[in-house]
Amino acid sequence: MKQWITHISCLLIFICASCSNETIEQYVPTPSPLQIPQLFQDKILDPVIPINNPQTVEGITLGKKLFFDPILSANNTQACADCHAPENAFTDVDRFSDGVDGILGNRNAMPLFNLAWNYDEKFFWDGSAFSLEHQAFAPVTDPIEMKSTWIEVAQKLQEHSEYPNLFNLAFGTSTIDSSLVTKAIAQFERTLISSNSKFDNYLIGEGTLTTEELNGFNVFMDETKGDCFHCHGSENNPLWTDNLFHNNGLDAVVTDLGLGEVTGDPADNGKFKSPSLRNLAFTAPYMHDGRFATLDEVINHYSEGLQNSPTIDPLMKKVAQGGVQLSAQDKADLKAFLLTLSDHEFINNSDFKNF
Amino acid sequence: MQRIVPIFIFSLITLLSCGTDNDDIVSQANVTFNFSHNWDASPITNTNFNTIQYTNANGEQLSITKLRYLISNITCQKENGEIITLDGYNLVDVTNNTNLSFTPLSTIPTGTYSSVSFTFGFNNDDNIDGIYQDLNSTSWNVPTILGGGYHFMQLEGKFVDNTTTETGYAYHAIKAVDNSGATLVFNDTFFEVDLGKITITNNATFNIEMNIAEWFVNPNTWDLNVLNNMLMPNFNAQIMMFENGKNAFSLKSVNQ
Repeated sequence: MKQWITHISCLLIFICASCSNETIEQYVPTPSPLQIPQLFQDKILDPVIPINNPQTVEGITLGKKLFFDPILSANNTQACADCHAPENAFTDVDRFSDGVDGILGNRNAMPLFNLAWNYDEKFFWDGSAFSLEHQAFAPVTDPIEMKSTWIEVAQKLQEHSEYPNLFNLAFGTSTIDSSLVTKAIAQFERTLISSNSKFDNYLIGEGTLTTEELNGFNVFMDETKGDCFHCHGSENNPLWTDNLFHNNGLDAVVTDLGLGEVTGDPADNGKFKSPSLRNLAFTAPYMHDGRFATLDEVINHYSEGLQNSPTIDPLMKKVAQGGVQLSAQDKADLKAFLLTLSDHEFINNSDFKNF
Repeated sequence: MQRIVPIFIFSLITLLSCGTDNDDIVSQANVTFNFSHNWDASPITNTNFNTIQYTNANGEQLSITKLRYLISNITCQKENGEIITLDGYNLVDVTNNTNLSFTPLSTIPTGTYSSVSFTFGFNNDDNIDGIYQDLNSTSWNVPTILGGGYHFMQLEGKFVDNTTTETGYAYHAIKAVDNSGATLVFNDTFFEVDLGKITITNNATFNIEMNIAEWFVNPNTWDLNVLNNMLMPNFNAQIMMFENGKNAFSLKSVNQ
């Protein structure tokens, strides 16, 4: 009988002890849920927010400061925003961007918007980073980009007059590490939502399109003409990308393996992520290697410039003739439509700028 | 001796917990539909993709690089004529090896059914433009210039054409539409796949096979040199797909 009493007493003590934790007040930063545009709410699935990195006011503020701060680079000369500038929909105007030593990369900097709706969470042109948090790890230590180390970065931030307090406000700890840095940056990046283009307004009945723009949309949606929709979505998918990887017939001989380098599967050689067609007015040059300076060159590529290769996407049709052979009028109209997807409010949004 | 009491209680609980096993007779059963694929009996998964290794009835060698298709409207008809329709649809994605198994949320009463069937694609009541967020998110839509709604199937790959060049094909099935005139003229191309009579005694799994080769042969021998791309606005091609597709599915087995 004594044994039973002992057991029950122990159990009660455990229960009481575990309850006592509930009285400790834990610091909780201010929740700041993403403001999901109505069009997105109506048409597509909810954005991806990691359960271990919820959006908070303090986290976003910190992420924004880090995004614009060259402290992340080895010699304090380069911030994320140097290659991902707000006025260019968070890319830059260069074909290849230079790092802290002036060395050029081999891929065009990607624009940043609507990143929380990348459901497969594969980032970069070649899909080499899984999740936005992990993506942010790469440029900081890349030897031809920021060329820093996370130990150095954490130390500089720790010794900074403001950052320890900002991390404390965002995450409840002033001990700074790479994980918290990338979490904060990812929170800021998820707020970069673009949903207010001329075409968006047309879809919600608050604007009209010209005859040329409407015809351009039809060229985009017509499988016998542009047939852009299979990879770039439609009025029912406001992302304007499938976020998947395709070989779009740029080269007969593939030298940059793209996704194939990441997966090791030769069937993926020469495949790169379909970029969103939003904000093309601000994001030239185009393609993973920035080879096309203008939208006209891009359209001409799909119309007459396709190159056959073993992994070219079956959706690239009439390859033997170089492409879909659009008329001059259809090309002009397609371009006019594509430009209606550009969101001037987005690039002028003061929430996204550094003051 | 006192220790025997808790051991006995523990054992009793363990034995009782076994009571929910499938061996028991249930009055309501879950039905699961598993989809597997073959080329004339040779099994196909995404590991067989991207290599030209199949020959269609017309003699063209081909590969598969993408295969996904929509099934919906699972219907169970009792012998007394009562019909039970299970809500939901499933986008079978062989490329990504996802949704190869589908269990509707609703259950059905055990008993004998004169037929269990599903619809390939969407019927006209379900094929409403833009209303399914998951399908919109994966760009499964049909352009409104072709009537809107959704694809039924996307089968893509390469074939060796009559100039021995590897050429892409995009065998996309949708509701047939003739867009040559002032107004669109439609023809239904969804079809019912009847799995036959079955007595459901327990949770049941229907193992369904799609023979991909059938899309190219019966009753219409498919010439990829002629019909390889831009098939969505091709009314006659859609009718041919519809006719061939009806022979592509079969019930391999039912486990319960």
